[in-house]
Amino acid sequence: MKQLMLGNAAVARGLYEAGCCVISSYPGTPSTEITEEAAKYDEIYCEWAPNEKVAMETAFGACLAGKRSFCAMKHVGLNVAADPLFTMSYTGVNAGMVIGVADDPGMHSSQNEQDSRHHAIAAKVPMLEPSDSAEALAFAKLAYELSEEFDTPVLLKTCTRVAHSQSVVETSPRAEAEAKPYEKNIAKYVMMPGNAIRRHPLVEERTRKLQQWAETAPINRIEPGTDHKIGIITSSTSYQYVKEVCGDRFPVLKLGMAWPMPEKLIRDFAASVTTLTVVEELDPIIENYCRSLGLALMGKDVFPLEGEFSQNLVAEKMGLPVHKGTSIDDPIPPRPPVMCAGCPHRGLFYTLSKNKVTVLGDIGCYTLGAVAPLSAMDMTLCMGASISAVHGFNKAQGAEAEGKTVAVIGDSTFMHSGMTGLANIAYNQSNSTVIILDNSITGMTGHQQNPTTGYNIKGDPAGKIDLEALCKAMGFRRVRVVDPYDLKACDAALKEELAAAEPSVIISRRPCALLKYVKHEAPLTVDPVKCVGCRSCMKIGCPAISIKEGKARVDNTLCVGCGVCEQLCPVQAFQSTRKEG
Amino acid sequence: METKNIMIVGVGGQGSLLASKLLGHLLMEQGYDVKVSEVHGMSQRGGSVVTYVRYGDKVHSPVIDRGEADYIVSFELLEAARWLSYLKPDGQIVTSTQQIDPMPVITGAASYPEDLVEKMKAAGAKVDALDCLKLAEEAGSAKAVNIVLMGRLSHYFDLPDQAWQESLEAMVPPKFLELNKRAFELGKKA
Repeated sequence: MKQLMLGNAAVARGLYEAGCCVISSYPGTPSTEITEEAAKYDEIYCEWAPNEKVAMETAFGACLAGKRSFCAMKHVGLNVAADPLFTMSYTGVNAGMVIGVADDPGMHSSQNEQDSRHHAIAAKVPMLEPSDSAEALAFAKLAYELSEEFDTPVLLKTCTRVAHSQSVVETSPRAEAEAKPYEKNIAKYVMMPGNAIRRHPLVEERTRKLQQWAETAPINRIEPGTDHKIGIITSSTSYQYVKEVCGDRFPVLKLGMAWPMPEKLIRDFAASVTTLTVVEELDPIIENYCRSLGLALMGKDVFPLEGEFSQNLVAEKMGLPVHKGTSIDDPIPPRPPVMCAGCPHRGLFYTLSKNKVTVLGDIGCYTLGAVAPLSAMDMTLCMGASISAVHGFNKAQGAEAEGKTVAVIGDSTFMHSGMTGLANIAYNQSNSTVIILDNSITGMTGHQQNPTTGYNIKGDPAGKIDLEALCKAMGFRRVRVVDPYDLKACDAALKEELAAAEPSVIISRRPCALLKYVKHEAPLTVDPVKCVGCRSCMKIGCPAISIKEGKARVDNTLCVGCGVCEQLCPVQAFQSTRKEG
Repeated sequence: METKNIMIVGVGGQGSLLASKLLGHLLMEQGYDVKVSEVHGMSQRGGSVVTYVRYGDKVHSPVIDRGEADYIVSFELLEAARWLSYLKPDGQIVTSTQQIDPMPVITGAASYPEDLVEKMKAAGAKVDALDCLKLAEEAGSAKAVNIVLMGRLSHYFDLPDQAWQESLEAMVPPKFLELNKRAFELGKKA
């Protein structure tokens, strides 16, 4: 049946059709919907793991046990899971195992724009790279065949424009993959030096065989052109932009396999054209390989290393006509993302801003605490770094820093990799203050459950980790919970814990205002007679409040009645619109 | 047929995903090749969001570039102006007249430009502006702005009303179908 399908849903469909049985993932834009969509198929066991390393190792265990398995993550998640990946390359698999990784060129929702193809090369595992939903589905199935034929995990790499674009796919029924018997094999699966030394040559041999396979694989294809002055080698969405601009004019070598690359196919293609152009987003991976073959080409000398490509960019760099549009003279103010009206993080960040503390931040919606007017964040690096870094900061500066520096981290990020940093504080004893922003969900990626919420990926009751008990078990005696809507309580908690002579954890707890079960209060309104236009309520950066004609005004379509602004007003100008009785 | 391009622009959380799903279904049913590119993740949090819908005999790129859009459907006036350079020289803007201040305007660091509809017209764009929020509320929910806009957009398409109705039925949960059908009619008749 033909249907329009999101790239991520198409990957999930491919996994289903290939007989995949076990999926363990950690959410990360733009990879999240693969696992959410797969969870809709009852034949596949799906779960959210606490982090990508756990997810990959879980999937490995499942493939070892003889069932086809999968894990998905964003590009930076693959760094977290790099440790098992590099050695799974040596052990190989029992049943097929596929790893979905989604890059984010243009950084729509990421902290860097690293190119995951480096991981395939470094870990010496094959990587497939679909360019639309139909290929996402087909390549997911092909990945299992390769995994089992060549005894290797296979990386399936997408990017934002493949993951989050819908295009037409044709679906087929599921073909159950026969479970492989588990057989003890110490030489293959126990990677201690004596065994790993014997596995490494097999890895190199496997890459040579995969390269042979790539020479004639249908996913690496030459599309003929009429003008042989330029031959283009490309992959992923760059292929789509090239076709959009050039149509069938120039011959194109479209690589569906990012690694290893087909040497002879590339040499033959290069020999059939006058000049060679390589079009690829981010790093010069195809380009460097071609240069290592001694081929001259146009590549990153012209095309950018940064950001997403588009049809106009490809046309401009190739010297072809570019479309132009009109504009108005007025400057258009930017509209950056902001914390939502009623976001529980707002009250806490206002407290941090007011007390002028140094805030070592982390990855999540609350990174928006760095945006004006709150501007209450000094550092954001990667998942979990807030807690480890506050410890290092305090060790470096001593008591002077300890009284005015905090780490802030969300509940999901804390479970991901904050716990180990907390263990370091407990063990190596810095007087650090850690704030866990517990909004009872993984927010930024669109509301996924995590080990602290008490629910699993299907929304059914599950194990629930008690944050207070966990912190206490690690040796923290000062663990307290505050409601971030209560500014006075937040202020008191922050001041007391910073002043305390021992490390402490503050749990700022209130569910995300966007959760369906969260009941909103009636919107507030401003009494224009009482309002003196002092702008005190503007310090919290709420998108529902603006100043019109010198007075504060509340947008009643956005306001959820959280009451944080009300606590800042010196003249009690905010009133509830709730009808009494 | 040459590929046609529709951009849906607005503020994160305004409901552009349903509009693009509706268009995707509608155009697929007409036998076109279709691509729809969406935004998820951080930019959804009240930021400027854009969805690309492309259809034709064979669609390659999932995105629309400057000077390529046949239609810009906008939930908010400033967002229509922001994406104006993506409109084709003879392209059509269909926009709600709703104005939502972005944070730099709220904090006073920037101002919201005035008379945007007239300025966009002066820049050569064809602009169809209407108060979709009011019509959506009239239909029964402020959230139905997306379908009011779809009703308005249907004016510019040479498709039978039946096709739009079928896509509405396929894409909207039954509970909200009547409300959205009213919203579609109000947008269409406005």
